[in-house]
Amino acid sequence: MRMLLDAHLVAERDGFTLDVRLRIAAGEVVALLGPNGAGKTTALRVLAGLHPLVAGHLTLDGADLDRPDRRVWTPPERRPVGVVFQDYLLFPHLSALDNVAFGPRRRGADRRAARARAQEWLDRVGLGDQARRRPRQLSGGQAQRVALARALAVDPALLLLDEPLAALDARTRLDTRAELQRHLGAHSGATLLVTHDPLDALVLADRLVIVEHGRVVQEGDAATVTARPRTDYVARLVGLNLHRGRADGHAVTVGELALTTADTVHGDAFVAYPPAAVALHPSRPEGSPRNVWAATVTGVQRHGDNLRVQLTGPVEVAADVTPAAAAHLGLIPGRSVWAAVKAAETRAYPA
Amino acid sequence: MSRGVRRQRVPVALLVPAGLGLAFLVLPLAGLLLRAPWTTLPRRLAEPGVLTALRLSLETATVATLLCVTLGVPLAWLLARVEFPGRRLVRALVTVPLVLPPVVGGVALLLVFGRRGLIGSWLDETFGVTLPFTTAGVVLAEAFVAMPFLVIAVEGALRGADPRYEEAAATLGAGRFTAFTRVTLPLVAPGVAAGAVLCWARALGEFGATITFAGNYPGRTQTMPLAVYLALETDLQAAIVLSLILLTVSVVILAALRDKWIGST
Amino acid sequence: MTVRWIRAAFAAALVATLGLSGCGSADDPAGPDGAGPVTVFAAASLTEAFIRLGKEYEAAHPGHAVTFNFGGSSGLATQITQGAPADVFAAASPATMKTVTDAGDAAGDPVVLVRNQLVVAVPPGNPARVGRLADLARPGVKVALCAEQVPCGAAARTALDAAGVRLTPATLEQDVKGALAKLRLGEVDAALVYRTDVRAAAGLDAVEFPESARAVNDYPIVVLRAAGNPAGARAFVDFVRSDAGLAVLTAAGFQAPPGA
Repeated sequence: MRMLLDAHLVAERDGFTLDVRLRIAAGEVVALLGPNGAGKTTALRVLAGLHPLVAGHLTLDGADLDRPDRRVWTPPERRPVGVVFQDYLLFPHLSALDNVAFGPRRRGADRRAARARAQEWLDRVGLGDQARRRPRQLSGGQAQRVALARALAVDPALLLLDEPLAALDARTRLDTRAELQRHLGAHSGATLLVTHDPLDALVLADRLVIVEHGRVVQEGDAATVTARPRTDYVARLVGLNLHRGRADGHAVTVGELALTTADTVHGDAFVAYPPAAVALHPSRPEGSPRNVWAATVTGVQRHGDNLRVQLTGPVEVAADVTPAAAAHLGLIPGRSVWAAVKAAETRAYPA
Repeated sequence: MSRGVRRQRVPVALLVPAGLGLAFLVLPLAGLLLRAPWTTLPRRLAEPGVLTALRLSLETATVATLLCVTLGVPLAWLLARVEFPGRRLVRALVTVPLVLPPVVGGVALLLVFGRRGLIGSWLDETFGVTLPFTTAGVVLAEAFVAMPFLVIAVEGALRGADPRYEEAAATLGAGRFTAFTRVTLPLVAPGVAAGAVLCWARALGEFGATITFAGNYPGRTQTMPLAVYLALETDLQAAIVLSLILLTVSVVILAALRDKWIGST
Repeated sequence: MTVRWIRAAFAAALVATLGLSGCGSADDPAGPDGAGPVTVFAAASLTEAFIRLGKEYEAAHPGHAVTFNFGGSSGLATQITQGAPADVFAAASPATMKTVTDAGDAAGDPVVLVRNQLVVAVPPGNPARVGRLADLARPGVKVALCAEQVPCGAAARTALDAAGVRLTPATLEQDVKGALAKLRLGEVDAALVYRTDVRAAAGLDAVEFPESARAVNDYPIVVLRAAGNPAGARAFVDFVRSDAGLAVLTAAGFQAPPGA
């Protein structure tokens, strides 16, 4: 696959250093996922040319756009990059049509051609009849679509989306996400989606790049990342318990605890299992589960139809139990229980 | 209903000084109106010198405002958007004409643009152009005194405007100048209009720098404030009439512009 | 002296603004012999001479104090007719004095204190080579006159008419100081002002011309009706009209009135 974007982004912002390698193929959608302050937005700004690199390089479609060691830098207005900003930044004094026509016009199209192209794009995002409206007359979902049309109307080799759905309410979000997926699928260039919402990332992206503290901590397709998280942040995102320990065949030692796993691993390893795989007992259970330890309840929250119980002990673990089981066990913070996990429900993989 | 209740809740501690402030500003105006020689007003209005001075005032104030907008808006943008060493100092320098007594401003202008001035002598020798005692000199004096009002108003508007709109414009292919003219300027248009109105009003009332730099000659450099001052030397009532004319014309124009540009109620 | 001067000017402006009628100095304490404060409104061209006379007067009359408000005569006259608290008024022209006497604000008739004569003020060395009044009308010679509304302007008009000289001045200044400032900054080549003004302004030369005899200006002085200290006011007027007083005034370039 031809890599349209090949970048090693090293940038500094407010005493924070970003150091991220990114490669995106034509037609590929990559989600840059990470907690707040991880450097996602800085990465996006560097790619758009709104912030300079201090080292590394940024090559798009074979051309160096930013390469400090060769003193190469292309200003944002000359980069084949389109951006959908988090709060869209539609120009309030221009109609939807003129907002979308702005890019083509700046890139050399005459007024008539730019407007025709803008109308085409508005039609494509289903807003052909809203062309004359000003941004403040549009709903959140409509504004998002105009912003997308505006970014795509310049035919960017690289499309950047900064939390494109964050400003929308839950219901609009669902519809807009589905539509966004359709448009991203049709975009022939590279797409980078910056988000902190795992659902956006999983639905919209072909590949996930997870950053924490300015570094890439994990990379891969959705299936790999969700099945084999490598940091607590990723584990929390995908809803798994995650421990790091030393493996020797089917046994993984995590601190004082020895866990038996179905997979065979040697050396440093991760063990992951869903909270629903953790069973709680009032006393030490007899019989099959080999992974059993004493734990103390630290918190209980609703989680869908069940309750999610936070436990402390040799390891920090979350367990999902039914309300009936919770009532039976009398789960209040401070309560001592026994936690059990079946080996068959764990997954072990090298660290 | 609820509006009535809200209205009653205006605290006395604010209402009293507010009322006093208003009275302080309005009473001198009332004084002018009370002392105005209403019976001879039409005759005085018809005097040719009056209309000449009024026209000169309106023309020079308008040209001075255009000059201030042309030079002041980019200056405000520079101060609001570009980081450069000494920016604080430059900002302070821009406001100097505000605190400088206008007469001193006039002398300063003479030292630069006067016949022996740094630039003035060069203009005179090279192009045979002299600015003092000309209508252009009036415009220059008015612009010097009024420009800070415009720059401060526009800079405030620019600081209030989200700079990310310029970034969005850049990602769409607009260079900084295009982003400024196509995006930023329309966004801060109300601020520019407010600044221009302030600037115009200040230019219209300008006296000290004008008489110092441009002198006083009817039809050429004698604006209304100069005419008022000289009328005061001999004829108080004539001075009051001239003041009322200037006042009426400016209030009418300002009210019209405010509604049209700034959209205030 | 300066502080008192400013205070008097401020008080005068305040009273004039509010349009109150004369009541200010009436409240001031004044002894029977004229001891106590005397407020003198005087034409700007008298500034230097009167400040000196004030000091000499106070030295010669212990317990007496003189406060000055200098300004354009017409402006001072307006302030007086609007009720500013003044004891003595010294004007730069009979016309301005007339507005005060016509308003009934003078106590008794004004007397001519001194006379002043116009000269052509030029920068040192007289670079434009102005030798007579007609030279002012030469092309390329820039001239500052006073506006005709103020006495020096009216006098200049009279002198120019007497000489049959027609000229378009560069500017009609609001007062003598404005005309001299333009001259000193080199913006004009000559200005028609009073001989005393050139004498007071260091670094300028005066060119005398015969037609100035046609435009001699009288400086009348009078005690005001609303004077809070009439005895003190009379004492001050007598002092400036004495030989000692006239000596100071003639040193400043004024001429003694005929018969003095």
